[in-house]
Amino acid sequence: MTRFLKSREAMLTGAILALLALIASRFPGFIAPGNLARVFTDTSPLLILALGQTVVILTRCIDLSVAANLALSGMVCAMLNAAWPGLPVPVILAVAVTLGAIMGMANGILVWKLQIPPIVVTLGTMTIYRGIIFLISDGAWVNAHEMSAAFTGFPRASLLGLPVLAWMGILATAGVALMIARTPLGRAFYAVGGNPHAAVYTGLSVGRTQFWAFTLSGALAGLTGYLWVARYAVAYVDIAAGFELEVVAACVIGGISIAGGAGTILGTLLGALFLGIVKNALPVVDVSPFWQMAISGSAIIVAVTLNTRSARTKGRIILRSAEHRAPEGAAA
Amino acid sequence: MKLTRRLFGGAAMATALMAAGAAQAEDPMRIALVVKALGIGFFEAAAKGAEEAAQELGNVEVIYTGPTDTTAEGQIEVINALIAQQVDAIAISANDTDALVPALKKAMQRGITVISWDSGVAPEGRELHLNPSSNPLIGNMIIKLAADELPEGGKVAVLSATTTSTNQNTWIDEMNKVMDNYKGIEVVGTVYGDDLADKSYREATGLMQTYPDLDAIIAPTSVGIVAAARAVEDAGKVGQVNVTGLGLPSEMAGAIESGASKSFAIWNPIDLGYSATMLAYQLATDQAEAAPGAEIPMGRMGTLTLDENTEGAMADPFVYDASNIEDFKSIF
Repeated sequence: MTRFLKSREAMLTGAILALLALIASRFPGFIAPGNLARVFTDTSPLLILALGQTVVILTRCIDLSVAANLALSGMVCAMLNAAWPGLPVPVILAVAVTLGAIMGMANGILVWKLQIPPIVVTLGTMTIYRGIIFLISDGAWVNAHEMSAAFTGFPRASLLGLPVLAWMGILATAGVALMIARTPLGRAFYAVGGNPHAAVYTGLSVGRTQFWAFTLSGALAGLTGYLWVARYAVAYVDIAAGFELEVVAACVIGGISIAGGAGTILGTLLGALFLGIVKNALPVVDVSPFWQMAISGSAIIVAVTLNTRSARTKGRIILRSAEHRAPEGAAA
Repeated sequence: MKLTRRLFGGAAMATALMAAGAAQAEDPMRIALVVKALGIGFFEAAAKGAEEAAQELGNVEVIYTGPTDTTAEGQIEVINALIAQQVDAIAISANDTDALVPALKKAMQRGITVISWDSGVAPEGRELHLNPSSNPLIGNMIIKLAADELPEGGKVAVLSATTTSTNQNTWIDEMNKVMDNYKGIEVVGTVYGDDLADKSYREATGLMQTYPDLDAIIAPTSVGIVAAARAVEDAGKVGQVNVTGLGLPSEMAGAIESGASKSFAIWNPIDLGYSATMLAYQLATDQAEAAPGAEIPMGRMGTLTLDENTEGAMADPFVYDASNIEDFKSIF
């Protein structure tokens, strides 16, 4: 218990509660249950992408192509729906996830087989995916009136009081958490990121594990692509432009170490929620738009500072206790 | 005939010109409407307007032409072909402000009347430029659209693009200048959606939370107006909050259908093609001279007043609502 209280997740929970209290003092309606549910729904796309990104970062990689993957999958879904309005939503979902996974695999193959640094690979595919959207759409928008009611209605359909979009966020979180905790592949993500050399000696293929991390991230981005397009009822080349950085920020705030191998899904969840609350609160607490970006940025810097500080102290304590133990051992 | 005028010029030739004009009356005047690229709904609609003007004028043949992709090189080829055909006038929507100047200068030297419309050419490459509208007209229109639905007065908020968008800031400034004409309408705030669908959606939701009695959201940006309409639909405030501003009919058709937006405005391409043809005719027949301060009639669209750069604004932005959206949503 005390370990949890000292943990980064507890600190982040505290920060979120303090943030909510601060917002409530200026705009009480924000913490009404209905509004919090709305904020969670709004944060779900960020959360789902951040889950995929977490797995990628755990393996010492980074996936900058998630937003472009989202936009391309979303555009394909929207165009399919515009062409065949009768296409059932489960088919669209399957197309979105498959397409996203294929794009993730493309990243994974390049990282695995050609050993190109992930940041370079995904920077390249990010532009390629955006370019493909332009090629298939000719730069034209797919608009609300071209989409079927079932297509745009799915993410906002209410199930047990929450929209499907929110349930998707919850399901994805539970699924990834379970996968990471209970499957060999899930443990391999930590092993490969924590110490790649040791992972090789235990019989894990570093490249293959990274490949699966990218595939998972891609599949989740594809899923979000459909949800995003259906939610905002519009698809065009630039949707979610720059969103990949927010996704990485959510992971970093959630305590996922950029150096790989450390971090929890709970942390990612809290990190995404923190950003989601900030983004949703800024419009209602009447902060000048000129300050909004600065505030979001400061939150990230503070979180990262806390992150590195806590990691550093932990390292020192271990060393110090080892120092103490060493002379004792020598004496004996 | 035109060649003669260019070579000798002046009032001395007036009688000769009139005689020549009478002699050639049976040949139809050929006006070329050159667009950015063929196959774009907006320009197809402009061509429809040009045909309307030609019928009204009588004895005018409209040549609707343009390159197959939006390049300046393509337009230069088209212009050279038109010079070879010895058309009487060229009305062009340019792909490049400067690149077309040499080709258009050549056309003018051969006695062809050259005007630009929609997207302008540098002053030395044309006789006049027809803007679809002007900043004061747009600023007035966006507040008028909101005020017309609020005879009892009410609260409106502005959802703009970025804090630094020149167009939007100019239009909002112009809107504020005419606020005195709209008694009872109060602008409660301006927020910025950065032309991102998700941020605009969030800002619009925030506006409705901060001002529960908000009556209208004015979004003078095509991304913002679509996102705001979506936010109003999702908040269940259709009928309470009217979304208006500047948008494209194809993108806004869904919002008009759902009732989230009662009306919005943008230039009407049919009127634009009509006016461009009328102006080209006036100049080519020497019934008007393109000089600063000149007032040139444009048939049913009134008169065009030229400023010191020989540019003029056609009219108020055209208002789209449930009565005409069906006709325009497939056009652009």
